Amino acid sequence: MAAVHRPQGSSTPERKGFLGWLNKRLPVDEFIRSQLTGYYAPKNFNIWYFFGSLALVVLVLQLVTGIFLTMFYKPGEATSFDSVEFIMREVNFGWLIRYLHSTGASAFFIVVYLHMFRAFLYGSYRAPRELLWILGMLVYLALMAEAFMGYVLPWGNMSFWGAQVIVNLFSTIPAIGPPLVEWIRGDYGIADATLNRFFSLHVVAVPLALLLLVMLHLVALRQTGSNNPDGIEIKKNITPDGFPLDGIPFHPYYTVKDVVGVGVFFVLFTIVVFFVPTFGGLFLEGPNFEPANPMSTPEHIAPVWYFTPYYAILRAVPDQRMGALLMGLAVFVFFLMPWLDRSPVKSIRYKPFISKLALAIFAVSFVSLGYLGLQPAEGSYVMLARIFTVLYFAFFVLMPIYSRMGQPKPVPERVTYHAH
Amino acid sequence: MAENVVVGDDAVDLSRRKFLTTATVATGAVGAVFAAVPFIASWSPSERAKALGAPAELDVSKIEPGQMAIMTWRRQPIYVVRRTPEMVEHLKGHDELLKDKDSESSDQPPYAKNLFRARLPDVLVLIGTCTHLGCLPKQRFEPATPDMGAYWPGGFFCPCHGSRFDLAGRVFNGSPASVNLRVPPYEYPSPLKLVVGVDETQKGAA
Repeated sequence: MAAVHRPQGSSTPERKGFLGWLNKRLPVDEFIRSQLTGYYAPKNFNIWYFFGSLALVVLVLQLVTGIFLTMFYKPGEATSFDSVEFIMREVNFGWLIRYLHSTGASAFFIVVYLHMFRAFLYGSYRAPRELLWILGMLVYLALMAEAFMGYVLPWGNMSFWGAQVIVNLFSTIPAIGPPLVEWIRGDYGIADATLNRFFSLHVVAVPLALLLLVMLHLVALRQTGSNNPDGIEIKKNITPDGFPLDGIPFHPYYTVKDVVGVGVFFVLFTIVVFFVPTFGGLFLEGPNFEPANPMSTPEHIAPVWYFTPYYAILRAVPDQRMGALLMGLAVFVFFLMPWLDRSPVKSIRYKPFISKLALAIFAVSFVSLGYLGLQPAEGSYVMLARIFTVLYFAFFVLMPIYSRMGQPKPVPERVTYHAH
Repeated sequence: MAENVVVGDDAVDLSRRKFLTTATVATGAVGAVFAAVPFIASWSPSERAKALGAPAELDVSKIEPGQMAIMTWRRQPIYVVRRTPEMVEHLKGHDELLKDKDSESSDQPPYAKNLFRARLPDVLVLIGTCTHLGCLPKQRFEPATPDMGAYWPGGFFCPCHGSRFDLAGRVFNGSPASVNLRVPPYEYPSPLKLVVGVDETQKGAA
C-alpha cells in the first residue's frame, strides 16, 4: 500500500517555452498532477458524493456575494438596518446579491448536513479518516459561528434577540459567565459595540479560519483518499504499475460529474432566490424585517432552521445550565464518532439491521428536533422534544454497544460497480 | 590575558543549545501573552458605554396601582410595578411552587431580599430580562386566567422559553430559568422618586 501513487505515464513530460519557464519556478504541472489528474478516487461514487464539491461552490458564492455586500453595508446601530434596505431597494441588483447571500447561507447548511450524513452512511469518519472528520467538524463549527454573526448584521428584531439569547448562553458558565458575556457584548446589553465586532469577525476573521480549515480538510483527504459507498480501501487493490484497480483520476472523471451536480444545484438554488427567497420564514424570518428593538421581544423567538435541532434540545431541558450544556454536547459528540463506532464494517450496506435502525432513528430525531425548535416551547412540543433529545443522545452513547451487535454482511474485496 | 577557547564545529554543546532554545521560546511566549492584553481588553465596555450606563430616574407616583412602567437603565428594561394590596397578598400561598422562594440563590441587593423583593411592598423594581436567556417576560397580572392555569397568582411569562415568575419576580417550578428575576440597585432620594443604578452601598456603580 503506497502512500502516494505515481502511476506510470501520468508523470508530465518536460515542457518547453513559457510553460517550461513557468514550471521551473512554480510547480503548476506538479500541483495539477498531484491534486487532480494523478489523484485517484474510487469509481463507485454515488449521488451522496456531490455535496463536498457543492459545499466548495457555495463557499465561493458566499465569499463573492459577501465582498459585494460589504461595499454597501454600513455596520452600526443607526445604519445597519437602513443600509440593508438601501441594498434591497436602491443598489442596482442589490436585492439579487443579498438574496444570493442569504439563500446561500441556508444552502451551505443543506449541503453540509447532507455531506455529513454521507459520512454517517458509509463510515467515512472511521480510521484512517479520523482527522479528516475532525477537520470537517471544525469547518462546521466555524460555519455555525459565521452564520450566527451574519444573521445579526441586518439588525432586525430577530437579529437583536437571537444575539441576546445566544450570547446569554455563555452566562450559564459558572463563575466567569456574567463578566464573559459583558466582554463579548462590549456593553451592558447587545449594542453598537457588539454589532461592529460581529461584523469584523463575520467579514474577516471567521472567513479566514474557514478557508484555512477547508484547505486542511482537502489536504487530509488527499492523504487518506476518499472513502466510498462500500467502505473498503481502494488502495488495497493496486495494479503492478501502481494504479488503484477501483480508482479513476479525479480529473477529468469526477470534475465532469461534479459540474453536472453544480448545474442541478444552481437550477434549484436560483428558483429559491428568485421566487421564494424567505422560504416561508425559514431562510429569512418575518420579525427581521422590523428594526431591532431592545424593548420588544418578538412573540416567538426561533433561530434560522439550521440551528433549530440544537435549540430544541436547549429548550427541552428544564434547567438552564444543563440545557446549555446538553446543547453544546449535542454538537461536540460528533467529534467522537470515529471512536464510538466499533462496527467491524464501515458502510451501512454491510452493517446489520440494528445499526441501520439506529441511524434511521437518529435521522428522524434530528429532523424532528429541527421541526420542534421552530415551534413554541409549550405543551406536547416540549414533551416530544425531550423524547427526541433522549433518542439523539442514545444514538451516540449506545453506539459502542449496538455497533458490535448483529452479524454484518460479508464485505466484497472489490467495490460494487456496474458500468453504465 | 586568558586565552580564547576555540570550540570546533563538531563540538556542539547540545544541552546548552536546548536550554537557550527553551528559554527563548518561553520568553517569547510571555511576550505574546502581554501583547494579547490590549486586544482582549479592547472588547470590554468602552468609556462611552460606561458613561451611558449612568443612573436613571422615574417618578413612581405617576404609575397607577396595578400598572407597570418600563424604564431603561444600562440598555436593560427596568420593570416598575405599583402593586395593589391584593397583588401583595397574592405573593403568599404558592411557596411550594417556587424554585427559590426566599431568593437565596438569586441576584438582588440586601434590602430586596425579602418577601416583596423590594424596598417598599407596593413598588416592585426588576430588571426586565429573563434570567434564562434574556428575553423580555410579558406581564400576566390577571390571576387564574385560562391560558396560565387556575393556580396562577399573577406575574410574568417569558414568551421565548416559557419561564414563569410571580409578582415578586420569583421563578416557578418547571421553568427553564433557574433563578428569580434580578433586582437592580436603587433608592428613593425623596418619597416615590425612584433612582435606578445607585444605592447606599454602591454610589453610581452597578
